[in-house]
Amino acid sequence: MSDGPITSIGEKHLVRPGATFREITDSISVVTETSAPRGWWIAFLTAATFLGILGAAVGWLFWKGVGVWGNNSPVGWAWDITNFVWWVGIGHAGTLISAVLFLFRQKWRTSINRFAEAMTIFAVICALLFPGIHVGRVWHAYYMFPLPNSMSLWPNFKSPLLWDIFAVGTYFTVSLLFWYVGLIPDLATLRDRCTTAAQGVRRYVYGLFALGWRGSNRHWSNYERAYMILAALSTPLVLSVHSVVSFDFATSVEPGWHTTIFPPYFVAGAVFSGFAMVMSLILVARVVYKLNDLVTMTHIELMNKIMLATGSLVGYAYAMEFFIAWYSGNPYERYVFVNRALGPYSWAYWTMISCNVISPQFFWFKRFRTNIPFSFVLSIFINIGMWFERFVIIVTSLHRDFVPASWGYFHPTAVDIATFMGSLGLFFTLFLLFIRWVPMIAIAELKGVLPQADPHHGEHHGKHDKHDKRDAPTEGGEPAPAATEGA
Amino acid sequence: MQIFPRSFNLLPAILGLGLAVGGGAATAGVWYYFTPKHTHVGYAPRQPVPYSHWLHAGQLGMDCRYCHANVERSPEAMIPPTQTCMNCHAQVRLDSGALAPVRESWCAQFPPAQRTDANCPGVPAERRARLTVAQAAIPWVRVHRLPDHAYFDHSVHVTAGVGCVECHGRVDRMEVVRQEQPLSMGWCLDCHRDPTGRLRPPSEVTNMNWEPSGPTQQARPVRPPQTCSGCHR
Repeated sequence: MSDGPITSIGEKHLVRPGATFREITDSISVVTETSAPRGWWIAFLTAATFLGILGAAVGWLFWKGVGVWGNNSPVGWAWDITNFVWWVGIGHAGTLISAVLFLFRQKWRTSINRFAEAMTIFAVICALLFPGIHVGRVWHAYYMFPLPNSMSLWPNFKSPLLWDIFAVGTYFTVSLLFWYVGLIPDLATLRDRCTTAAQGVRRYVYGLFALGWRGSNRHWSNYERAYMILAALSTPLVLSVHSVVSFDFATSVEPGWHTTIFPPYFVAGAVFSGFAMVMSLILVARVVYKLNDLVTMTHIELMNKIMLATGSLVGYAYAMEFFIAWYSGNPYERYVFVNRALGPYSWAYWTMISCNVISPQFFWFKRFRTNIPFSFVLSIFINIGMWFERFVIIVTSLHRDFVPASWGYFHPTAVDIATFMGSLGLFFTLFLLFIRWVPMIAIAELKGVLPQADPHHGEHHGKHDKHDKRDAPTEGGEPAPAATEGA
Repeated sequence: MQIFPRSFNLLPAILGLGLAVGGGAATAGVWYYFTPKHTHVGYAPRQPVPYSHWLHAGQLGMDCRYCHANVERSPEAMIPPTQTCMNCHAQVRLDSGALAPVRESWCAQFPPAQRTDANCPGVPAERRARLTVAQAAIPWVRVHRLPDHAYFDHSVHVTAGVGCVECHGRVDRMEVVRQEQPLSMGWCLDCHRDPTGRLRPPSEVTNMNWEPSGPTQQARPVRPPQTCSGCHR
């Protein structure tokens, strides 16, 4: 029962009953129209400071070389690639919420999809930073792209590192387009709300990006088609991007990396961490901007259920890795996993297990799923745990490889830490700018799930859950009005 | 509410066209001006002595190896020492002003006391005393330069049957030597990937006029490296 525009999950309204179109437009638009609250400024200046730290750390890296990081034989990949995989993973929830849930007509996505898509784009920007800066000779970073050159030199098309560039690049492009197409009607709304002369610049800027949107029937029909096509294009990307990222490891012969379970395991982990990040961010925004009517307990509970499912999948993958290490009879593989759980990095391994496997199990209970402070704390734990997952995979596999004489232990330097913290600064700077200037919830789409959006609204007072007459050919009802997901 | 005039509907078309034209021009510009085809080919520096390859190698028919004597044995083809010039020019054209730096270079190697008529042919007595040892070396300007990270060995190429003309062009027709080929990595790899047709019998390596007739006789089995460490050692 998903074709009714009002209730698609249970009997509850997705948006507070009685909310009018105008209230929704006002409550979302006003954030971009009034001066930012003090809390925004504090957060923004903090984030911008960390962005400056990132600039300094990366500048120092370029000046001195990758030796300023703790990476050294045998741990040639450490925080750089950990951060890359972590950020790409976080970027996964955006596409899942936007595209996959859209295609499955999960209307509850409406309140959080804009947020999640923006998060995706900024997370992928943070992710793309790391492959770019970790190459050592950054002025040769263009070698990563297959550009014709006088050296007749091409990237190795057989290398997953090149597939990675294509996969993440494609993902970024499609996510950006998807986000932007969804924004067009809302940008037009913001443009049309600029009525005073003082808002002239604002009107032109929003007007430019609104691409002349008038909300005509033809506009909507083109928009719906474009949105559907982009959703269909994005859907395979949810599975492909992190699968390709996992190939960076799985196609090598390193024990601990050379595992066929990696692609699905990475995808599950990515969705897990992405939802955790959406949860952390939306719970804060919900309190600060008083969006309780739009992001309801239903949303929070559903997201927690997804985290429970993906967290359990990840836990299964951890267990299966150990099983296969034992079952394969390969002593190197066995050693890596015993060393992972009991060796010098056991502290990281058990942090990961506690955060990723144990903590989401609380969500079996409705009491915890619907507890907002608890959800927030747990989402932070999951973010930490997922960072440690990548750290464990990368560093513990490398630090004791085939030659015992070269075994070592990785110590991060101050620059490692500054770069990671700085990437958080980059993310939050972009995110806070997004919240300040762009409607953070899809206005037009949200209206589509209001009772008034139902073409039969007037005929069924108080009976929104029954639409038995809709399919009758003699009904001759009007098509749904400007509802993004209506028809 | 429309805030932009109707003419703005042309904006996407104009932007697209501008991007195509501008992007195409930028690509073509980089393609031509930023590659060794433009930056290296045609380099013909002025030499301290106006030595003519056209005269010596072309008209007089001297073999390349008379001067570049190590080309079959050494990575460097070598710039000939003054000795090689003086083999003839101790007697030929002693009055030429253009050859004065060569004669002075020869004279300067001797201590002032030994700068006799026999050791310093064609150098006036008042010049002899003022020559310093540093002038014993003629500051020839290198024409074909490879970057330090590229390893190149003349001997292995010459003994494999790569003719001088393949890389250096018709030096026998050059009054002033100029760089004919880009010497870029792509240019090296063109031949390394497919050397057939560019090889000749070893006896014809220095022959500028040689044309292949019939199936090429290879000097020896040739398998040029295409790995990074083949040249970047």
